[in-house]
Formats: sequence, structure tokens, C-alpha cells
Amino acid sequence: MIRTLEDLREFKIQQEERSRQEKADKQAKILVGMGTCGIAAGAQEVYEAICDELRQQGIEDVVVAQTGCIGFCAQEPLAEVILPDRQVLYGHIDAEKARKIVTDHIAGGQVITEWAVNGGSLLPKEQQAEAEIVNVGDVPFFKTQVRIALKNCGVINPESLGEYIARDGYQSLAKVLTEMTPADVIEEVKKSGLRGRGGGGFSTGMKWEFAHKQPPGQKYIVCNADEGDPGAFMDRSILEGDPHSVVEGMAIGAYAIGANKGYVYCRAEYPIAVKRLNLAISQAKEQGLLGENILGTDFSFDLEVRLGAGAFVCGEETALLASIEGERGEPRLRPPYPAVSGLWGKPTIINNVETFANIAPIIRRGSDWFGSIGSENSKGTKVFALAGEINNIGLAEIPMGTTLREVIFDIGGGIPEGKQFKGAQTGGPSGGCIPAEFLDTPIDYDNLAKLGTIMGSGGLIIMAEDTCMVDLARFFLDFTQEESCGKCPPCRVGTTVMLDMLNRIVEGKGEVEDLEKLKELGENIKAASLCGLGQTAPNPVLSTMRYFWEEYEEHVRDKKCRAGVCTALFQYYIIPEKCKRCGICAKVCPVKCISGDRQTPYVIDQELCIKCGACMEACPFDSIIKQ
Amino acid sequence: MGTCNCKTPWDELNEVIEAHRGQESALIEVLHKAQEIMGYLPRDVQEAIAEGLRVPLNKVYGVVSFYHHFSVEPKGKYQIAVCNGTACYVKGAPAVISSLEEELGIRAGETTQDGKFSLAAVRCLGACSLAPVMTINQKAYGLVDADKAKEIIKQYE
Ligand SMILES: Cc1cc2nc3c(=O)[nH]c(=O)nc-3n(C[C@H](O)[C@H](O)[C@H](O)COP(=O)(O)O)c2cc1C
Ligand code: FES
Repeated sequence: MIRTLEDLREFKIQQEERSRQEKADKQAKILVGMGTCGIAAGAQEVYEAICDELRQQGIEDVVVAQTGCIGFCAQEPLAEVILPDRQVLYGHIDAEKARKIVTDHIAGGQVITEWAVNGGSLLPKEQQAEAEIVNVGDVPFFKTQVRIALKNCGVINPESLGEYIARDGYQSLAKVLTEMTPADVIEEVKKSGLRGRGGGGFSTGMKWEFAHKQPPGQKYIVCNADEGDPGAFMDRSILEGDPHSVVEGMAIGAYAIGANKGYVYCRAEYPIAVKRLNLAISQAKEQGLLGENILGTDFSFDLEVRLGAGAFVCGEETALLASIEGERGEPRLRPPYPAVSGLWGKPTIINNVETFANIAPIIRRGSDWFGSIGSENSKGTKVFALAGEINNIGLAEIPMGTTLREVIFDIGGGIPEGKQFKGAQTGGPSGGCIPAEFLDTPIDYDNLAKLGTIMGSGGLIIMAEDTCMVDLARFFLDFTQEESCGKCPPCRVGTTVMLDMLNRIVEGKGEVEDLEKLKELGENIKAASLCGLGQTAPNPVLSTMRYFWEEYEEHVRDKKCRAGVCTALFQYYIIPEKCKRCGICAKVCPVKCISGDRQTPYVIDQELCIKCGACMEACPFDSIIKQ
Repeated sequence: MGTCNCKTPWDELNEVIEAHRGQESALIEVLHKAQEIMGYLPRDVQEAIAEGLRVPLNKVYGVVSFYHHFSVEPKGKYQIAVCNGTACYVKGAPAVISSLEEELGIRAGETTQDGKFSLAAVRCLGACSLAPVMTINQKAYGLVDADKAKEIIKQYE
């Protein structure tokens, strides 16, 4: 049990001693990235193969451990071999490669450079010349990242409280409980400039102050781990990779506002995150870092996990609270804000996972340090989940004010297959897109708002020339329309009408007049909806209209889709002059709508064609075009 | 035949209900566990929960129908979920869904007549780096396309 500050210090020293001992006894450590994406890519098999191979070869002085998401998801499964003099991060490994790594690298001392993310052909040309293997931190994907919220992700074993404490874990909680008043904590968080990472970007310190100022009595603190933006996975990675950082942040928040009970509301679709979080909570309880009289003080705090049940609207704070109470997750009008009247009518603070993960570092290193990172009105870093048409899919934690170009091209490694960058979507279904001409805009809350989008929770989907922006807007609206809880008519009916119009447009039945109507309707829904879902649902449409108006026009006026996505707006043709009459296209066509023979060029019966594109892919002579 | 002293699903369900007797706010938690045990939430299960937690049945029904996660229909033996989150959508999830619809002869959201497969289009599974992603009974398959998806489900026939 850790009962006092002294106990915590003692525990930390023991941990450090243990890892020193481990380093002295063992020649190497192998870390396997076991977040959801790693496991989906086969990390479990890799882990087992490594252990098995070590056993078979009788190698005993190597530690194998799991860690959370290392962040370079495109290279999963990842395993890092840590030797005293250097670290090698192997990517795209499978069981067989894992065994060879044990044989060649561990037993034979021979690095397999071509599989190393920090070596060989995976590095940019300039670096290849320098050395066989560079520091992992010098790989372009990691080089400009600044890791605060992710500092332990991919480094420690998320299931070990000891490893968290060895990296200064729970020091900040100890500091606030023994040296600071709740008002001091709030002042420090306010001064740091931290703004909510869940979307709105409200000052965290100010929010805490509202709840703090409510008369003493029952108060609650809640962590929003609903991560509803489809295509975003930073909160999941933090919960899977460093769950104690969220527990500690929440405990500090609870102390500041005077709460003794907290809830983490987590998506049911994240079973690994839920499991590790529950484990972290029980470890903290066992050691007395949660529960009654923490570290011998008057402060008591208990924490529970509540599961979501697949409703996007439950990410909205008032709907989330209703869901924790066991109700339908319908939002309600604000004010009163939850800070005044939240869970069961009591003052409640709701913050996002990443917001909480920033708290302990701010307390430990000070608001001045945090304030020195980032831009004028957006301090610190932001974690982005890079996905879509980008080479280095993964997590990038960057100082606020970094340009989109740096994120996409330096960290993200650019667009695959030499395609042209078309736009980046931030803020998911509540956000908007940023076209190529604004690639050099520094990313922060205010700049993104000026561009008509939002920071959102950190989803960053990259789109290339073959993404149709009209269809993308339709995709998001389809999402919000389905997720509208139906409580208020502007959102329920409005999104349905907008979706109908967009469906008509992508089916080639739209009129030029529809475009203005669509825009007007969008503005009205924004103004009249009850909660943030409806108030932001039209954003993807309005923003793509703002930057890609000509594509909308082409859809309604010329009935053309330049990206070749909207199937009603293009056809496949066989160019007779280029057709070599091999008949392969007719063979692969699933609906047998292509006819021809050795004498006559093949033709597609447009009436029957289902536009699957199989013929175009199969044609060895590139004689088929899409127009 | 020897006597089996293993618990029936109803025994398990009743234990869960008992542990939360009279706790209205535990409704969603209990529904989660009930669906885990029973596979879905038919009317008699909802009635037992309503009774145990002292919640009106229409409220139980209201909550069940509100959340996508809860199902009142039995699911197939193999539950196929194709991610239709943004990352997967941009990378071609719609083609995967339609190829499976064609192969199985059902629409997304339905179950095959023989009860073998159910197909669902779901939101982000959190494995966006492997987009497009599909899962069959929790086992994940990444970087699938229309043809690969058909091949994968053949393993389950
Ligand atoms: C429709 C909708 C969905 C939301 N989804 C999330 C979410 O998934 N995660 C999140 O942290 N915040 C989400 N929010 C924002 C929350 O309402 C709330 O502002 C946030 O959790 C506050 O935490 P922060 O101040 O730390 O950002 C959503 C808001 C709306 C309107
Ligand atoms: S969008 Fe499909 S896994 Fe995230």
C-alpha cells in the first residue's frame, strides 16, 4: 500500500532499482506494440513467436514485454529490440520474421536492416547514406513530434503500475494533495492555457473553476472516452497505452473541483481499452492511489467505467450524462451547464481523455513550460490520428501551430502511389475540410475555425484526387442523419432532407437550384438545432461547398463526377482502336454484359453494366476507360 | 447421461439481475451483460430486467431501441462487421460491403436464412491503419477488398 508521499517515493526508487537490475541482468528487451491495431495486424502471434523462439534457443537473458500503440500504425505489427547501445524498431513483422529476428539479431548480433523502420530503405535517401541504423527519434515520422499526452505510449507496459510510477507517475497527484490547494491547481491549469481536446476547445481551468465555485457537496468528474468521430483513434490509444495517465488526471481534477466520484464513459467498441482501464483502476485502488484518504490526506476519490452502447450523440456532454444515468442518450438544452447541474443534478465536470492526459505533466513541469509550447492562443500539443490516403497512418502529437504540410508530408510521408493531395478533413462529422491551398496554415483552434472547420478531437483524414468531395459530404451526412437522436425537428427532419438532396445529386438527379437550397437549409439547421450534433451536422457539406463548389456544379449541371466515385455519373468504355480482342474483360464481367469476338472489338452493354470496374482492372492493354 | 451442473444462460442472467436489483441507473450495464450472455435481447429478457431493476418495461424498450449496440433479433453464428468509418470509406469499404451482400444474398443489417452469417456495416473499429477493415466474431481482417472479403468468409462456411 502507498499510504504517504514517502511510500510513493520509496515505491519509485524500488521500481528504478528493479529496472536497473533488469538492465544489468539481461542483455536485451523486446517490446511488442499491442494496441488494437497491432493486435489486429498480428502482434499476438509475433509476441508468442518471440517467446517461443527464445525458449527453444535457450536464451534466458532477454525480457519480452508488451506496450501500447507505438504510433506508427502503418508499420504494424511493430517490435522494438532494445540493447544497451542501440534500439531497432522492426516493422511489418510476422511470426516467421520474429523468429529470424531472435536468431539473427538477438543470438547472432546481426541487425536485419531492411526490416528496421529506423534503417535501410525505409529511411529517406539522405539518411540512408549516413548510417545503417539511426536513432528511432530521428526517423522523420517521429522527429518533429513532441510527446506529452503520448509520452508513455509505446514505451511502458500499460498493465504495469510500477512502470508508470517509475516514469514520474502519480507524482503530480502527490504534489497537489500535499502542496497545493484546489484553487492553486485551478490557477495552474488556467495559466497553462490548456483547452479541451474533445472538440470545443474551452479553457479547462475555467471550466474547473465553475464547478469549484459551486457550494460544497456531491460533485462528479467524468471522462469522455466515447471517441465518436469515425476514423479517429487517439483516445483509444491513450487508454490502451497509458491508462494511469487518465486516472491520475481525473483524480487531480476531482481534487480541484471537490468531487469524490468519477466515471469514465468509454465506447463499447474498444474492449482492450476498457480492459486496461479497469485494470489500472483496480491497481490504483489496491495501492491506495484511489479510494479513501489518498496518500494519507482527507481526499477520497473513487472511479468507475461505464460503457457506451453505440450512439454517436452520447459524445455530446449532456447526452453522455443521461446515458450514465441509464437513460436514452438524448441531449438537453444548456444552460444550466453540467458544471452547475450535471449527473443526477449535481455539479459535474466532463473532459476528454487527452485533456486529462495533459494534466499530470502540466502540474509536474509547470504551466510556464506547457505555455512555452504551441501558438499564441492554443498551448501545448495536439494528437492527430492520421488516416485515409496517407503513407504513414498513425498517431502524430505535434506542437500547436505546426503546419498541415509538415504533418502530412514530413510526418505522414505524403500521399501513396504518387496521387495528388486533395483535402484533409478535421473534426469528423462535425468538421470540415481543408483544401490544398491552405496546407501552410499553422494548425490551431483559431486558424481552423477561420477555415470553416474545427480542431475536433483529432481525426485527420487525408483525401486524394480519387475522393469525390460531394460523395464525402454525403457520407458524413448519412452518418449524422442516422445518429440524430430525433429529439429536435431541425436536426431530425433537416438532416433527412439534406441527405435526400445529396443522394439525388450523386445519383445524377440534382438540379442547379438544389445547391443554393442545400446551403440555406444547412445554415438553418445550424442555427435551430438543440445540441452540438445538429448545430454542426451541416459543416461537412457547407465546407466542401465552400472549397469545391465546382465539383458540386459538375454533378448537377454536367452530370459528371471527376473523381469517378459516383457510379451514376460515369460509364466504362472500351476504346475500339485499343481493344486487342482478347476477351479477358468479358470473362471477368460478373454480369456478362460485355460482348465481342476475335473479329469485332468488345463493347459494354451500358444497360446491364453494374460499374464494378472489374473489366478495367483486368484489361492487360489499358483499353478500358471510365468517363 | 450424467447430470450437468453447469449454469444455464438464464441462471447467469438472473445472477446479474440479482446483483443490480432495484438499481435503475444500472440499466445499460445490465443490458450489456444480458446481451453478452443471451446473444440478443428478446422480450422475455427485457421483461425480466424491467422487473428486477424496477424499471417500467417501456423504458427498457426505449433504451434498447435507442442504442445501436443492442439487438432484439438473434444474430448469425458468424457475425461479420465491415467498418464503414471515414478511413475505411475513403479506402473502399462500400465495395467490400456490396460484394458481401451479393455473396451472402442479404443486405447489411440482416442475417442469412440458415442463421449462419449476419452482416453489419459499423462505425470505426479503431484499426484505421488497416483500412478497409472487417471483423468476424471479433477476429480482425485488415486491408481487405471485394474479392478478399469473399475469400475470407469462405473459411467460415
Ligand atoms: C455530437 C457531439 C459528439 C461529441 N463527441 C465527443 C467525443 O466523442 N469525445 C469527446 O471528448 N468530446 C465529444 N464531444 C464534445 C463534448 O460535448 C464535450 O465538449 C467534451 O467532452 C468536453 O471535454 P473537453 O473540454 O476536455 O474537450 C462531442 C460533442 C458533440 C456535440
Ligand atoms: S475507419 Fe475503419 S477502422 Fe477506423
